[in-house]
Amino acid sequence: MTVETAATQGKKDFKTDGSALKGNYREYGLVLALILIMLFFQYTTSGVLFKPVNLTNLVLQNSYIIIMALGMLLVIVAGHIDLSVGSVSGFIGGLAAVMMVRWQIHYIPATILCLIMGGAIGAAQGYWIAYHKIPSFIVTLAGMLVFRGLALWLLGGQSVGPFPPQFQLLSSGFIPDFFGYPGFNVTSMLVGIILVALMIYFSVRGRAKREKHGYQGEPFTLFVAKNVIIAGIVLFLTYLLSSYKGLPNVLIVMSLLIALFVFVTKRMTVGRRIYAMGGNEKAAKLSGIKTERLTFLTFVNMGVLAALAGLIFAARLNTATPKAGLGFELDVIAAVFIGGASAMGGVGQVMGAVIGAFIMGVMNNGMSIMGVNIDWQQVIKGLVLLAAVIFDVYNKNKA
Amino acid sequence: METILEMRNITKVFPGVKALNNVNLDVRKGEIHALVGENGAGKSTLMKVLSGVYPHGSYEGEIFYNGQEQHFRGISDSEKQGIIIIHQELALVPLLSIAENIFLGNEPAKFGIIDWHVAENRTRELLAKVGLKEDPLTLITNLGVGKQQLVEIAKALSKDVELLILDEPTASLNENDSDALLALLLEFKAQGISSILISHKLNEVGKVADRITVLRDGATIETLDKQDISEDRIVTSMVGRQLADRFPQREPDIGEVVFEVKDWVVHHHIHSERTVINGINLNVRKGEVVGIAGLMGAGRTEFAMSVFGKAYGRNISGEVFIKGNPVDVSTIGKAIDHGIAYVTEDRKTYGLNLIDHIKHNTTIANLDGVSHNGVLDDMAELKVANEYRRKTNIRSSSIYQKTGNLSGGNQQKVVLSKWLFANPDLLILDEPTRGIDVGAKYEIYTIINQLVSEGKSVLMISSEMPELLGVCDRIYVMNQGRLVGEMPASEASQEKIMRAIIRAEGKAS
Repeated sequence: MTVETAATQGKKDFKTDGSALKGNYREYGLVLALILIMLFFQYTTSGVLFKPVNLTNLVLQNSYIIIMALGMLLVIVAGHIDLSVGSVSGFIGGLAAVMMVRWQIHYIPATILCLIMGGAIGAAQGYWIAYHKIPSFIVTLAGMLVFRGLALWLLGGQSVGPFPPQFQLLSSGFIPDFFGYPGFNVTSMLVGIILVALMIYFSVRGRAKREKHGYQGEPFTLFVAKNVIIAGIVLFLTYLLSSYKGLPNVLIVMSLLIALFVFVTKRMTVGRRIYAMGGNEKAAKLSGIKTERLTFLTFVNMGVLAALAGLIFAARLNTATPKAGLGFELDVIAAVFIGGASAMGGVGQVMGAVIGAFIMGVMNNGMSIMGVNIDWQQVIKGLVLLAAVIFDVYNKNKA
Repeated sequence: METILEMRNITKVFPGVKALNNVNLDVRKGEIHALVGENGAGKSTLMKVLSGVYPHGSYEGEIFYNGQEQHFRGISDSEKQGIIIIHQELALVPLLSIAENIFLGNEPAKFGIIDWHVAENRTRELLAKVGLKEDPLTLITNLGVGKQQLVEIAKALSKDVELLILDEPTASLNENDSDALLALLLEFKAQGISSILISHKLNEVGKVADRITVLRDGATIETLDKQDISEDRIVTSMVGRQLADRFPQREPDIGEVVFEVKDWVVHHHIHSERTVINGINLNVRKGEVVGIAGLMGAGRTEFAMSVFGKAYGRNISGEVFIKGNPVDVSTIGKAIDHGIAYVTEDRKTYGLNLIDHIKHNTTIANLDGVSHNGVLDDMAELKVANEYRRKTNIRSSSIYQKTGNLSGGNQQKVVLSKWLFANPDLLILDEPTRGIDVGAKYEIYTIINQLVSEGKSVLMISSEMPELLGVCDRIYVMNQGRLVGEMPASEASQEKIMRAIIRAEGKAS
């Protein structure tokens, strides 16, 4: 089938593979921005930011936003939006409280029921969006009102608590220490070290595999530098956390979910199909992708994650309040867009959304420590979101 | 004859590319000047320089218009001088009326209050001039592409046009509409309006143009006078080499019937009482290229899409057989699984994810071919993408180039790669060479030949009859949702096809 120059072009393919790297520059930039913001607050708060206790708080405070950002990333990549996640997480928190506190249901079945309920809520909204083509903005705006109202009704306008102690561990617990070394959680440190070792093993193996097939990856020095820096950061943070109470349970849950979603979006066909659908739904459909079912499933997934976030938040406060989750959807959506997702769909990375959430979280935390008023905090966060998106659009137009 | 426009030594450089290199173009008053060249030859860039889209100072060279040097800084500057450009992609607002569109940005108004009476009357006059019998209040969305094109021209006339530039005006028109449009250009010529006509359809160029300027690789190759014009002459000049034939040769090796449709009936997707496809029976054999000829709106695309997983239509009835066995093609997934692939007529809207790169677009219709248990195999995918890029000769920096940045011909090759990798038995091609240049067309034909020589079958819809005659083994003629003729390509001719259509039209009315 070759015509003329095909043969000469063929040889070049193997070298130009490195251009895939260009797409990653934005992610590196985002990491750099997060590091700079952290250093800035470390300086302005006279070192409070990196104190182990504050770092632990930072993780606990942002875990539910990050967990919801994972689902929101898929929703936004699919070309939709979900405004209801704050209300849904509040409603599920209330449902958990009613089940565990009022009805005395054991916390394990109650938790499972809550997650199923979240999935059902996502399914109910996704059904209208996917199969009846009702704009997600409208369906989830309705959902936002409905579930805020239902949360109020369920709790009768009151706070319900406290939760069983085992359930509280979801948010306030830390992984157990088997060594009992005073003032330092050795198990946590070991987990961190094993994690770093695994990470390095996989990235070396991946690189070797590519080279075996004759494809050139990123330059060797960059590869080493990247791994050393990431390993250094992970070890440093683990060390800090270990010198307080260790790794929080919720951090483990969150890390597993992040790893799962990175894998799904980067390596699985279902992830690829979501990107294809967000990029051009009609073309995806004509390529045999069941776009309706895929859209439906992204909303079911979002519902489950919103429920999980609601449980974590309720466990953290140790009480369910009708106002829980108010405005969460905005933080979640902002995190995804700061992370580089496109409002048009088809573009966005899981790690981008996670880093975006951390950027928002560090700013919240840092400004609070500094004593910046809540009004100015909002203004600054808004401007950061706008700046991040302007930066993206500017870069896109330049390219 | 007086020269109205002279562009001298125009050079325009984009980062890394010299798009125009010392291009010269002169247009005489009241002539139709055709501008031809392969995609990427610089035709559109030259017209953007002329109309001020690329403002004075962003290019080198001089533009003289009516004897005076011009420094256009934007489209409004050039429009003031009577230079109006009609782009390939129509720039009409679908949900506004004809009158609203014609006077958009140019409304007859006093103190910002629009006088719709004047606008409608003037619209009526303009529509009469372009021969369009429609009410000025009709919404654009209710007009066919041919009529929309006429509205664009009426809009140009409303601005007192002296030099009309048409970029591929007939690309999406059927033969009747194209002829009407060309007749209109000749009428304008009689009124002293000059036109620059950019077109890939060389037979049209031959019909109406007084002179032809050929661009290749951003440079003027030559300007031909009418008496020198022959299609072969132009093609040679455009591609810079002799194309022995516009269609690559192939020895047909035709086998058993692979694909057969019986009593296929489809109703309109919204107005379900309207029958769009009415009792079609057709078959395609192994190793055969079968064409479907017909006018725009004959129902060819609707037929193809209804067969391809009911992607179009309602209340579909009839049977589909693959290799003699009845198959269920009720969803796109099932159609693909049964070995049917459909390459759409509109590759940008229905064929490609333009924001993603070649690699991902190549594998999307057959992700199972590069994955195990839902987990993608990176290496396999890379290999596939590179292999098909080579096979279909996609010109790009790598498989990581965004498909949105490729030329039309290369985009079409990516769409073909996608479907070739899905490994179908029957490939339905809907207008596979629309809007792509002669060289790329030849490559697409070569790919088709290669496919059938591997034992696959092709069903090809095309509005360009020479293409059907040059590529197909057998041709069906479709009109108003029915098949009205079938002939082996060896016996077919443009006249015979047209006669079949006209005979059917006569019966229908």
